[in-house]
Amino acid sequence: MEERRYSVGLIALLLFVVGGAIFIYKWQVLGFPARPDAQTQVWTVEVTVSFDAGPGPVKAGLYIPGLTPGFAILEENYLSRGFGYTPVYVRGGRQVQWTRRRARGTQTLYYRAVIYKDRALIAADTTPPFPEPPTLSEPFQTAMELLVADVGEKSADPESFTTELLGRLSRADSDQNVEILLGAAPTAATIARTATTLLAAARIPARMVRGIYLQDRQTRATIVPWLEIHDGTRWLYFDPVTGKQGLPDNFLQWWTGDDQLFHIDGGSNVDVRLSVKNEFMSPIDVAQRRSDERESLVAKFSLFSLPIQAQAVYGVLLMIPIGALVVVFLRNVIGMQTFGTFMPVLIALAFRETQLLFGVLWFTLLVSLGLIFRFYLERLRLLLVPRLGAVLIIVVILMLISSIVSHQLGFESGLSVALFPMVILAMTIERMSVVWEERGSREAIQQGVGSLFVAALCYAIMDLKTARHLIFVFPELLLAVLAATLLLGRYTGYRLLELHRFRAFYRDSS
Amino acid sequence: MRSWVQALRARGVIGMNERNAEYIQRYNPRRLYPLVDDKLRTKRLAMEAGIAVPELYGVVESQHEAASWLAIAEQHADFVIKPAHGTGGDGIMVVAARTSRRQGLFQLVDGTVVSEAGMCHHVSNIISGQYSFVGSRDSAMIEYRVESHPCFDEIAFQGVPDVRVLVYKGYPVMSMVRLPTRQSRGKANLHQGAVGAGIDMASGRTLSGVLGNDIVSEHPDTEAPIAGFTIPSWAHFLSLAARCYELTGLGYLGVDIVLDRTKGPLILELNARPGLNIQLANKVGLKSRFDRVDAWTQQSDAEEKVAIVREAFSHC
Repeated sequence: MEERRYSVGLIALLLFVVGGAIFIYKWQVLGFPARPDAQTQVWTVEVTVSFDAGPGPVKAGLYIPGLTPGFAILEENYLSRGFGYTPVYVRGGRQVQWTRRRARGTQTLYYRAVIYKDRALIAADTTPPFPEPPTLSEPFQTAMELLVADVGEKSADPESFTTELLGRLSRADSDQNVEILLGAAPTAATIARTATTLLAAARIPARMVRGIYLQDRQTRATIVPWLEIHDGTRWLYFDPVTGKQGLPDNFLQWWTGDDQLFHIDGGSNVDVRLSVKNEFMSPIDVAQRRSDERESLVAKFSLFSLPIQAQAVYGVLLMIPIGALVVVFLRNVIGMQTFGTFMPVLIALAFRETQLLFGVLWFTLLVSLGLIFRFYLERLRLLLVPRLGAVLIIVVILMLISSIVSHQLGFESGLSVALFPMVILAMTIERMSVVWEERGSREAIQQGVGSLFVAALCYAIMDLKTARHLIFVFPELLLAVLAATLLLGRYTGYRLLELHRFRAFYRDSS
Repeated sequence: MRSWVQALRARGVIGMNERNAEYIQRYNPRRLYPLVDDKLRTKRLAMEAGIAVPELYGVVESQHEAASWLAIAEQHADFVIKPAHGTGGDGIMVVAARTSRRQGLFQLVDGTVVSEAGMCHHVSNIISGQYSFVGSRDSAMIEYRVESHPCFDEIAFQGVPDVRVLVYKGYPVMSMVRLPTRQSRGKANLHQGAVGAGIDMASGRTLSGVLGNDIVSEHPDTEAPIAGFTIPSWAHFLSLAARCYELTGLGYLGVDIVLDRTKGPLILELNARPGLNIQLANKVGLKSRFDRVDAWTQQSDAEEKVAIVREAFSHC
């Protein structure tokens, strides 16, 4: 016995662990939402390039997001009528290359990407080699050497070196060497470019990164340069203007290096426009598309791969185990009595369509009318099975009449009566009439009301938005439901109502 | 609430869950159930072992011979019709007399009068399995109607009281007598409103009673005090109960015994899932007694078991 309890516990634990592990994997790694109304923010980034073609063949290259720490690309499209295109990896990241032998007039090329936040994605880049110290012409070489030596004195590691260096570069007027190197009124890109050179002189791998801020709706997003250095183990990001370290949350890295976003051979009057649009998507869609891309086995096993109708059916069916668990709890832990073990679960399913109040009213009405007919049938002395059949037919007729009558009266809820499980209703009527005759009306009504109460409670729990969402998105939680049911199967303590039943024991002892 | 649980535990009260998991599942192998669930089989088994049971007048097993019950009943002035697979006393009809042979009317113990066709319908319902907990075909038994022993007249309203003895591993550990009331319509069934009175195992004397889940000291209809009444030939009751264990092999067994005016104690039926109200009737938890039985060296002889029990479970 102890052994049995032990093995039930072990099986339950195993089910909990397996179900829980799949749940956590899908929730945390694949990003399936645990909350029903959560929405995922996605950004649609669109690059529109227009130019006048000619003379000669057109060959254009556009940097597109490749290595994007903090973000992942959900999908991308290229739209370019008449052009051949190939996405390729180049030194600065990823490029789409458009080519066309002959083109006339104004041409427009589009690139569109849907991007979402993915904290798990970090810059998975190889460790770069130490750069060769650059050689510049005078007076830049001397200025560089002096500045690097000076900054080197006041810093301990690549990180503090960069901070100190950017601090110097931002105060161009305070230092003559800086002024020589940067020239007058330097842009952010100039600062970043110069810093890269200076860092190379200090033998710190560094590069300029370009990207955009993803915010709201931008029709012309500006490309922002950023400085990236490698401290030997990882990449560190610095704002070249302020010297602040760390990448902002909404910075989408686009490409690295000093190149332009777009370059073209055989075209003129180039206009590059970068627009950002902020959208909300169902997180399930995002997670599903993402796991499709990863070819995750777990996601392949998902309900979302089924046709829509089948999904709708499972949306209902998957709640039955929850209802069963509720019934098990109410019967074995609370000690309630019901007609038919799982009858309340099926009634609860019908309540989904009728809504609770109308459901209870309809149920009471149908069962009461059915009972009246059943008592009349008793007087006709029919054999058991034909009598059951007759009750079933009467139930169907009653459902039909109540639907039609309520529709005529303008109550649309009457139509949903058709969803009551009629066989279950007929059996309930039969069981109730037997109890009525053998045990009296009080017990029959008591058990009837008890069943209805359990059904209403099942409905309330099965209708919880969170529960429905969780079980549909994470069906593996059924393993946990099974585990809980197994554990309840070994619950040998008192039922709550037994405390009342056996009250004579503690009444007289106290 | 926690203190209630502790109080119940301290008194050794067992609940439904514990009964099902720790006693029924453990000591009553499922293959033995048919022996007691089918009252016909129980009766035959008891007769083979020489245990007294109410005489079987006849059995109706199929719908087309449903009318044959009349031929069986014809020969007897009073009789009982019951489903062989019935539960909780449902579907039992006790015919006390025929009012008029020509009109074919039957008078039941509770005074209602049923026509021949009505009786026929009842037999047919039984055969269809209306009262069978398996829900399948059943057979109707027609048997001797037990006549209540006059000693019970004061504490039973109509009907025949029966004694339930709970037998654990062959030891009769607890017992109660079920007294019919007006509410139970003469049936000795607690669910239907009969009074249960605990019995002192040593002397066979009744203790206080329980109606529903409430303690009562007087019979609700006759108003006679329930406690202090001695069951005649008590030793015989206990040894009958103990022998039923050998008959069936069920370790957790309810034995229902009636006391007939002329034939003495008769085994009425056996139950593989006896209820827990016996604890209330005795104000003693079953577990306290089960644990003591478990501690004993197990005897094999029924009479020895009875002797040990009478000494150990005395209320005095």
